[in-house]
Amino acid sequence: MPDTAIEAVGVTKSYGALRVLDGVDLAVRRGSVAALLGPNGAGKTTMVRILATLSAMDAGQATVAGYDVRRERGKVRRRISLTGQYAALDDLQTGMENLCMMAELAGMPRRAAKSRAAGLLERFDLSRAAGRRVRTYSGGMRRRLDIAAGLVGEPSVIFLDEPTTGLDVRSRQSMWSVISDLARSGVTVLLTTQYLEEADRLADRVTVLDGGRIVADGTPAQLKQQAGGHRLDLTAADRAAFGRLRAGLGARVIAADAEERKLSVATDGTAAQVRALLDEFDPSRDAVEYFSTHGATLDDVFIALTGRAAASGSGAESQVRGDTEEAAHV
Amino acid sequence: MSELTVTREAGRPLEEARRLAPLHETFTMSRRSVRLTLREVDGFLTSLILPVMIMLLFVYLFGGAIETPTEQYVDFVLPGVLLMCTGFVSALTATSVTRDMSEGIVDRFRSMGVSGGSVLAGHVVSSLVRCGCASALVLATAFLIGFRSQAGVLAWTGIAGVLAMFVFAVSWLAAVFGLLARTPEGASGFSFAIMFLPYASNGFVPVGSMPGWVQSFAANQPVTPVVDTLRGLLHGTPAGSAAWTAAAWCAGITVVAVVLSVVLFRRRTA
Repeated sequence: MPDTAIEAVGVTKSYGALRVLDGVDLAVRRGSVAALLGPNGAGKTTMVRILATLSAMDAGQATVAGYDVRRERGKVRRRISLTGQYAALDDLQTGMENLCMMAELAGMPRRAAKSRAAGLLERFDLSRAAGRRVRTYSGGMRRRLDIAAGLVGEPSVIFLDEPTTGLDVRSRQSMWSVISDLARSGVTVLLTTQYLEEADRLADRVTVLDGGRIVADGTPAQLKQQAGGHRLDLTAADRAAFGRLRAGLGARVIAADAEERKLSVATDGTAAQVRALLDEFDPSRDAVEYFSTHGATLDDVFIALTGRAAASGSGAESQVRGDTEEAAHV
Repeated sequence: MSELTVTREAGRPLEEARRLAPLHETFTMSRRSVRLTLREVDGFLTSLILPVMIMLLFVYLFGGAIETPTEQYVDFVLPGVLLMCTGFVSALTATSVTRDMSEGIVDRFRSMGVSGGSVLAGHVVSSLVRCGCASALVLATAFLIGFRSQAGVLAWTGIAGVLAMFVFAVSWLAAVFGLLARTPEGASGFSFAIMFLPYASNGFVPVGSMPGWVQSFAANQPVTPVVDTLRGLLHGTPAGSAAWTAAAWCAGITVVAVVLSVVLFRRRTA
């Protein structure tokens, strides 16, 4: 197997008149974790489905685990697993039955399938729920079982489509540790997410997708640098001060609201830089009434990278599932 | 692949494992579908209770008003009721296929290289199981309300075989509709189409009592020869070439439906 586990060049896909992917390139090193970051409708799910051989691309080329996704579909399928946004499990079967079934479909005889299933349930902390129907599982348990189901065939490349969308904070944390463990076990992971923080925590490399095109590609550190990493929000003392601050900051303003007299500036979030910034554009110390800092959101990354708000959805705060993208498949 | 390697080394050649894979897959998918069917309590009960209700409805509400060649109406109507019930229950396959297709699990099966044929065959097998239970219940009810037959073991085996053939064909056809429909509600429309066929056959009233144009439809549609075959087996009446015609219809429908459904599955999930 070559050093690149996933390689895509010029992947293009349209649904009718809607161009969902427009010449997307991607290269993922073997054994690394890569993230596709973007808002709803950016084309993340479509890209993953093409790489997982579930959708055909209109133009471009892609290999996964060293095999062409079009010409060697069967070989690709035996080496990958895909966990989608909606749990691919039978609600009326128990956790054990679901995993057993998947293991048998992966070619194992009954007994081996059973012990594999038991092992995976143990590993994902689901042993106690093994005999319960999946219908009774919480969202987080369901997602964990879903990922476990993807692992029965010991894939070398794992696709996770929005693994934490819709999960509460605690389940998200536990999902993050599951994904980190996967990465440590040596498999290659490509995940999609709307959350910068998630990409930051998990991925070695992040590709930002917007409207079917790549708008940025790099390590999380590089990306955050471009986006400012943190955001400094200022409230000017009055209209005149707002005008002075805005003029003084010039192109560094990433968001402005004259009505509320608010301005936002990218920063790395350190006290030293915030202090220096304040001193620089407010030397008389009377133009800024309040300030606050917070971590850059996907919206900030977008504004910093594209100079406009994200194409759709409300970015990082959005809890909405990928309906836009989903609708494009129907 | 530790477990897998162990078994392969233990003697089962890879070649054979490959060749048996579709069977193994179909078996696994069948067990899944049967299990889901039995646990879908509401749906399962409906497919048991409704056939019995249809049986009672025909015998007690309509039976008195219909002139038939047999002494008791129940003797005449049983094949028609059996086909209407198994047809209805088989047609439910359309709904379960549509529902399955709309969920993520089919994507997972496909990304594991499982063929569409196995997924659909699983649904067809669970339909056979459902129909077996429904038929047994209908027959039990028939005997309770006075149905009698001289059929021996061989004839009963034949009856089971004819019903299975019919259910197999209708279930595959239902799978095709299930793949065409976009919502389970849409797919359930197929049940009505299938329920209609036995009415326009010799299943409930003798064909001779129908207007001319309906007669020619009734005489040449698939349900009529199946009814004749079942009657022949149940009561020893002469069935002529009905068995062959019935077998040809069922085989023809099955072949067309299997091919169509595999093609549609591929297209639907491309």
